[in-house]
Amino acid sequence: MVTTENPDTSGAPSSKGLWYGPLVGLVVPVLAVVAALAVGAVLLLALGASPLTGYAALIDGAVGDWNAVADTAIKSMPMLLVGVGICIAFRTGVINIGGEGQIILGAIFATLVALAVPDLPSVFLIPLVLLAGAVGGAIWGAIPGALKAYAGVSEILSTIMMNIVAAQILSFLLQDLLIEEGAIKIQQTRRLSHNADLPLLPGGTRLHLGFLVALLVAVIAYLLIYKTSLGFRLRAVGHNPDASRYAGMHVKRSVVQALALSGACAGVAGAVMVFGSISHRLIGEGGATAFTQGAGFNGIVVALFGGLHPLYTVPASFLFGGMLIGGIELQRELQVPAALIVALNGVVVVFVVSSLRLKTKLQRWSEDAVLRRGRK
Amino acid sequence: MSEFFTTTAIVATLASGIRLSAPFLIAALGESVGQRAGVLNLGVEGVMLIGAYAAYNTALETGNVLAAVFVAVLMGVLMGAIYAFITVVMHAQQGISGIGIYLFGLGITDLLFQKQVGTPKPIDGLQTTSVPLLGDIPTVGEIFFRHNALVYVAYLLIPVVWFVVNRTTFGLNIRSVGETPEAADTLGVSVTWTRVSAILIGNGLAALAGAALALEIGIFQYNLTAGQGFIAIALVYFGAWRPSGIMAGALLFGIVSSTVLQWKTLGIVSGSASSFTAMAPAVLTILVLVVVSRRIGQPSALTNPFDRSD
Amino acid sequence: MDHPRPRGNQPVVLGVDSSTPRPVSPMSPDLDVPMLEMRGITKRFPGVVANEGVDFTVRSGRVHTLLGENGAGKSTLMKILFGLYRPDEGSVHLEGTEVEIRSPADAISRGIGMIHQHFMLVPTLTVAENVALGLGGAWGFSDLRPIRQRLVEVSERYGLQVDPDAFIWQLAVGERQRVEILKALFRDARILVLDEPTAVLTPPEVTDLFTTLRQLRDDGRGLVFISHKLHEVMEISNEITVLRDGRIVGNTVPESSSRESLAQMMVGRPVLFTRTVQPHDPGEDRLVVRDLVVQGDRGNLAVDKVSLSVRAGEILGVAGVSGNGQRELAEAIFGLRPVESGGIDIDGVPADSLAPKAVRSKGMAYVPEERMRDGVIGEFTVAENLVLVDHGSPPYTRWGFLRFGAIKKQCTRLVQRYSVKTPMLETLTRSLSGGNIQKVVIAREFSCGAEILVVSQPTRGIDVGAAEYVHEQLLGQRTAGAAILLISEDLDEVLQMSDRVAVIFRGQIMDQLPRSEATAMRVGRLMMGLKAE
Repeated sequence: MVTTENPDTSGAPSSKGLWYGPLVGLVVPVLAVVAALAVGAVLLLALGASPLTGYAALIDGAVGDWNAVADTAIKSMPMLLVGVGICIAFRTGVINIGGEGQIILGAIFATLVALAVPDLPSVFLIPLVLLAGAVGGAIWGAIPGALKAYAGVSEILSTIMMNIVAAQILSFLLQDLLIEEGAIKIQQTRRLSHNADLPLLPGGTRLHLGFLVALLVAVIAYLLIYKTSLGFRLRAVGHNPDASRYAGMHVKRSVVQALALSGACAGVAGAVMVFGSISHRLIGEGGATAFTQGAGFNGIVVALFGGLHPLYTVPASFLFGGMLIGGIELQRELQVPAALIVALNGVVVVFVVSSLRLKTKLQRWSEDAVLRRGRK
Repeated sequence: MSEFFTTTAIVATLASGIRLSAPFLIAALGESVGQRAGVLNLGVEGVMLIGAYAAYNTALETGNVLAAVFVAVLMGVLMGAIYAFITVVMHAQQGISGIGIYLFGLGITDLLFQKQVGTPKPIDGLQTTSVPLLGDIPTVGEIFFRHNALVYVAYLLIPVVWFVVNRTTFGLNIRSVGETPEAADTLGVSVTWTRVSAILIGNGLAALAGAALALEIGIFQYNLTAGQGFIAIALVYFGAWRPSGIMAGALLFGIVSSTVLQWKTLGIVSGSASSFTAMAPAVLTILVLVVVSRRIGQPSALTNPFDRSD
Repeated sequence: MDHPRPRGNQPVVLGVDSSTPRPVSPMSPDLDVPMLEMRGITKRFPGVVANEGVDFTVRSGRVHTLLGENGAGKSTLMKILFGLYRPDEGSVHLEGTEVEIRSPADAISRGIGMIHQHFMLVPTLTVAENVALGLGGAWGFSDLRPIRQRLVEVSERYGLQVDPDAFIWQLAVGERQRVEILKALFRDARILVLDEPTAVLTPPEVTDLFTTLRQLRDDGRGLVFISHKLHEVMEISNEITVLRDGRIVGNTVPESSSRESLAQMMVGRPVLFTRTVQPHDPGEDRLVVRDLVVQGDRGNLAVDKVSLSVRAGEILGVAGVSGNGQRELAEAIFGLRPVESGGIDIDGVPADSLAPKAVRSKGMAYVPEERMRDGVIGEFTVAENLVLVDHGSPPYTRWGFLRFGAIKKQCTRLVQRYSVKTPMLETLTRSLSGGNIQKVVIAREFSCGAEILVVSQPTRGIDVGAAEYVHEQLLGQRTAGAAILLISEDLDEVLQMSDRVAVIFRGQIMDQLPRSEATAMRVGRLMMGLKAE
């Protein structure tokens, strides 16, 4: 029998037609972010820098001009995609910590396709590599899913292990099979087919098609979770696998589906990161985290900020991405290492997460208030 | 392969396997205490990094290994206090809070390292101490009894943790609070304080594990732990929350890892293939778990915040 | 039989002859001062008043029963006593002194012991460890030897035999209850509150429990007995207090009451205890179970060669105390549990290896005994729960997408037809009362065209009004020709509703009786495992 560790998904907007529930849901995390930024200001002061200059630089770096906005969008893309996948997984009651590995497998599959059929016209090749990315990630998610559903192995354990395996697979491939020919041995592939380049969006920035792809995936995920019968089943299993079984649903299958879909989203992120990058190569130099930029973990955070709702994950990923991009500017301006931003992100996570229970209590209270009024 | 099956090679492999397993073991034992009380801490990696950096920095400043260890554990307990507040008092979702701690630890150690130290300077870390008499036994002595102090501490922790959890009232409280907190609450056991204490222990040990790593390697760098904290968490599940099982898992991981390293050194596997073999511990962990397929043992209240009014 | 009406809130204690000499209790030296007095207790929650002006007195050497429906306020009152809630108004007095009970630990230290309905035991610890929990403070070695010794002494004195080193998960329900009682006795509880203690016991276990309770009472303790099982209440009580909607409705004694009078006080109107069921000719066998063997969770044989058949248009009642294999039988029939050997036929076609979805497609529906866990998803809306089974088929789904208009239409119809009281279709199901949640389950299961119904403990934990409604629905289905397997531990329910009665005991069918021969006496004996002469 499968039991799913049920994360507290009640933080998401669940009360339809009651508008101040979601409003409370928005205000509380924002307050938490503000509190975290205050902590950051303290840290800056401790390092002998001015918080005002620092935060000004942060904002400037994030959204100061169109290029900055583009960079923020590019940075948010992978987190958005992973985050959307996490929404699907969490709603089914599964914790997916395997984003890192799923991104890598997606990138590998996409790269292999580009190497296999480089001369296919763009209009076919681009969707194909994205699809390959999805497939790679899906496989990497389905394995822990099956392990959980059919062998009872905790997905926390298996996804952690799969991340390690994925990193090693990447390293292996880039040292040997896929490595660029040449005198200098860097762990990267050769420049991949031009036909697979994600075209730049109009506006003169570095922003590319991947951004629209990410938005599209978010919308698809939203429709999937809330408007389809598959999504109904996933949510049912996430809330109560026992009742779902009694109602005739295949709980084990749903668990595998959820992790596969979640992995697919991360896999698309991997493909986008390869074919939207400036280098248009799969680069493994510096290790797996250098490639993924931690998107596998950041995606989890972003999903939670968005209340596990795929559409709200979009602004949440922007916020996070903005902070990371702005951090580079902050480093430049204040001579403070950008690592501060990483730490600050952690603080933001902690503050927001702590406030969630408060938010849930307030939401329930406002729900009950409406119900009480309705009963009279 | 014949180069591997010599006494020297095998002895070296086993010895370094035990050495490599020590940080995992310490961190996993600490995490298991927290988990048996019902609290999942995914931020072990971050706390390990903080402990590692604290030890490194203290050793750099003072040259005193003992002080380094002390400061590291202190930092760990401090992080534990923060985590305890977040999860036990504020009832935050434990999985995500842990990731937040991880990000924080990753960032702050890098930040401080760049600001305070700049270019990496090696420290005099832990020296290998040979256990008198036992360390002199040929072969066996080399494998088991010639390690640095923290390796011995790691293995001594196993019976200590077992005893505390199974034979003290504190341990009884922990076990009850992690299974059926309502029952403990109605009998006057403070679920809050028990969980807080367990978290403090867990985080203190995680920091100690980080210190062990840094002091043994003798240097610090960005993301020194490179995922070992997460592996430690996985080992808790692997070991079914029991110190003996955790030891088995840590040894498995350590020895397989050191075997792979040894093969690389001996040239048995070439550079690229070594990545392949480097994934062996991870794959093995999953396989063993599938075969043994245990789901008994998971503390029933794990990840569930306790609220009397529920 | 007439009895004086209670005036206002004054307790009227009948039938007590105060000149009868009573043994001097070492616990309560001053016999005129009650051990416990709760005066004017009022407790409000958002939207409901759980207790209003409740007075409740317990004297040493008495068993005082607190009687009432679900939601009448009994558990709230006891939770106040046990320090889990604070009263908004009113006071609590122990031995004449006013006290404020701040927490369960506080209550325990004052000698109040609670035996909860859902045992507060840690399954992975041993009996001794559970008893020792909280005794030693936070520091120190846990030396269980003195605990074990005292355990043996106390258990022998009161006939509460249990192995101190057994793990709780190994114990049967009756044994677990003994541990609960021992926990309280270990802490020198002088007032014992027992919350629905007989809900999960077999008749012989109930007898043993009552013997223990009488002994505890005669040693001078004050016992509060919470139950809704009227015949037991009549048997064990010295005094009875009835609560309804948060207020005291009456105080009486068994000598001056009957089950009917008590039920009337509980509900506020006369309650039928018999029901006339129109006899009619049953049709063909719809569900046949042949020599079914099913394993339980602990490797035991939960169902041991059970054979039965249910015909169209009849209700086959399966009587028996919980824990004798009913749950495993229902789960096996419905495809939720594997079958070791034997067969299950639906309309003549073998169905023993089918999954729930397939079983449903063959025309079977299931009302499970744990409605919150297995019947509905609390976090889903009422509408979502109503379509929980059919959501994937037309008209609710087309091309994979849910069609909310069709869903809303059907759910509105169902809510009306089955009188489900809910503010909106979008209300979360967990906010509904137990009775209404059961109506949601029934609305869903009875309206999907199923002709074979497996119904398990359908009226457990719901108020009498809703229970009556459920029974009406069941009989309606019966008239419409459905084959109904009714599993219930409530003997009255089984006797009222069934055309034939089967009795299950330790996984075996003791006997099957037609309605005319199924008397309470005969069925009761079979439930205890006594074969018919």
